[in-house]
Amino acid sequence: MSRGKDRTIPLLTLGFSLLLAANFVMPRWLSFLVMVSLARSLVVIGIVVLMRSGLVSFGQGFFYCLGGYTAGIAGNYFGITDISLTLLISIAISVLAGGLIGLLLCNYREIFFAMLTLAVSMILYSVIVKNPTLGGSDGFNVPPPHIFGISPAMADPGLSLPAVTCIVVYLVSVLIHRYFKSGLGYAGVAVRLNEIRVEYLGASPKVIVYSKYILAGVLASIGGTLIAYATGHVDPELAYWTTSGEFVFVGLLGGVSHVAAPVIASVLFQVLRSYALDLAPYVWQMLLGFVLLMIILFLPEGLWSVIARLNPKRRGDESAP
Amino acid sequence: MKALLEVHNLSKNFGAVVAAEDINVTIGEKEVVGIIGANGAGKTTFVNIITGYVKPTAGTVRFQGTDITGQPPRKIIRMGICRSFQITQLFPDMDVWENLMVSCTLLNNPLKRLTRPFDQKGFRDRVMGTLEEFGISEYAHEAVSTLPQGVRKLLDVAMAMMGPTNLLLLDEPTSGVAIHEKFPLMDTIMESVKSTGAATIFIEHDMDIVQNYTDRIIAFYDGRVIADGPAAEVVKNEEVIRYVIGQEPERDGEG
Repeated sequence: MSRGKDRTIPLLTLGFSLLLAANFVMPRWLSFLVMVSLARSLVVIGIVVLMRSGLVSFGQGFFYCLGGYTAGIAGNYFGITDISLTLLISIAISVLAGGLIGLLLCNYREIFFAMLTLAVSMILYSVIVKNPTLGGSDGFNVPPPHIFGISPAMADPGLSLPAVTCIVVYLVSVLIHRYFKSGLGYAGVAVRLNEIRVEYLGASPKVIVYSKYILAGVLASIGGTLIAYATGHVDPELAYWTTSGEFVFVGLLGGVSHVAAPVIASVLFQVLRSYALDLAPYVWQMLLGFVLLMIILFLPEGLWSVIARLNPKRRGDESAP
Repeated sequence: MKALLEVHNLSKNFGAVVAAEDINVTIGEKEVVGIIGANGAGKTTFVNIITGYVKPTAGTVRFQGTDITGQPPRKIIRMGICRSFQITQLFPDMDVWENLMVSCTLLNNPLKRLTRPFDQKGFRDRVMGTLEEFGISEYAHEAVSTLPQGVRKLLDVAMAMMGPTNLLLLDEPTSGVAIHEKFPLMDTIMESVKSTGAATIFIEHDMDIVQNYTDRIIAFYDGRVIADGPAAEVVKNEEVIRYVIGQEPERDGEG
């Protein structure tokens, strides 16, 4: 906290600037891989926001899917393809949905919270699967986006979309880092550690949990919108529980003590998965299982604890996960 | 003396168990009141009702003239009623400094202003001051799980007092603390209370402590108040001797 200077924001700026620059020289497949992992990392950052308050959501796919379908429906039915506009619509929809569902969920903790989030996402999944106007189980294609209404920017979507994703994830990381360091960020940790005391410090644990659920939902929906444009397609799998489970996996992989942890873990996971799929198509899920086992056994605080150990000066910074 | 807290006809039943029966108590500003009673007499229930943790079956609680009966703890705490806990309620995994910083931030910021940075100069200074006042500066960066019981107790009280303090309710502040540490601990707490000008109600089993620090004693038995008056008179009350002092109480279990 007060020990050692916090250099996270300059480091994030540096890291994302390098990534942005690298985007112009990277092979397209790698650029795509990074874009997908960055978009997905937003969902994981949301999971981390919840985990810091002691909550696990197995239903972030709900918001991820909402975000994705927002891009798809806006493009196909309303002709809205401007990425800044669809992002705003996604945020509005997820705030609304999260605000409504959160009213129920903020009363629950632990396994009950986790199962309810899962239930909500599976409801959305089945609604979409059974609904032909939403593309049913096949989903539908998402028209290519525009950026601030300028289509020339999309002359080379292989370059500009990864750049937009990179910038969005950078902005979110900076904001969330500041959030973790704010009173509300610490209040979340306090809720995980002792709800009775939080109530006796004049704050409502329910309101705190409620706000975090909405925030995590917003992040997931932004990720969903970006993924929809990145892949040009949405389908109900986005809301399926295994999708949500994967995000929890990546959250555990990275750890919850720093905003960069889920981003790094997400990139790593995506790289690992694409190689594992190539090299060992039949056992890659087993490999993932072993990795998770090893992480829980030997690095219960995630990969970030390795990075934190490399830099002892910065450890004090992250003392309140 | 101006009334700070007025409790009228307060009753609470937990099923067939009567935890509070027709309690009438008025506490004045800056008054220091001790509550005594055997285990299960209803002392903690009394504190729990005042702070909103338990809703009474009947009766009213007024604080500074405002009816606070049945309000949630967070609303009552914001009015300046603070409490400590018999079983300390700390944030494990955080060190002493962070425990106090979180308390200071939550108590002094409305939720909508919590987006401001946690580590603010004003709060840092306040926490530093509190650490010194309670004599626990040397433990500032120790994890709370490793603290001696006396320090845990002090931290528990210090956390409660990080915001506005008009009335402090201490639930067995010296329980679990070694005998020779009890008086220094109470000295520290009462010194700090005096500087805030708050009234204090504390539950205590140790009669030496009660008589040493209070002007007035309220004795509970079976959910009722059996005596309420100047300390010297209450300890001579026959009922009090028979039901409270006579049987030297055990030191735990009331929660």
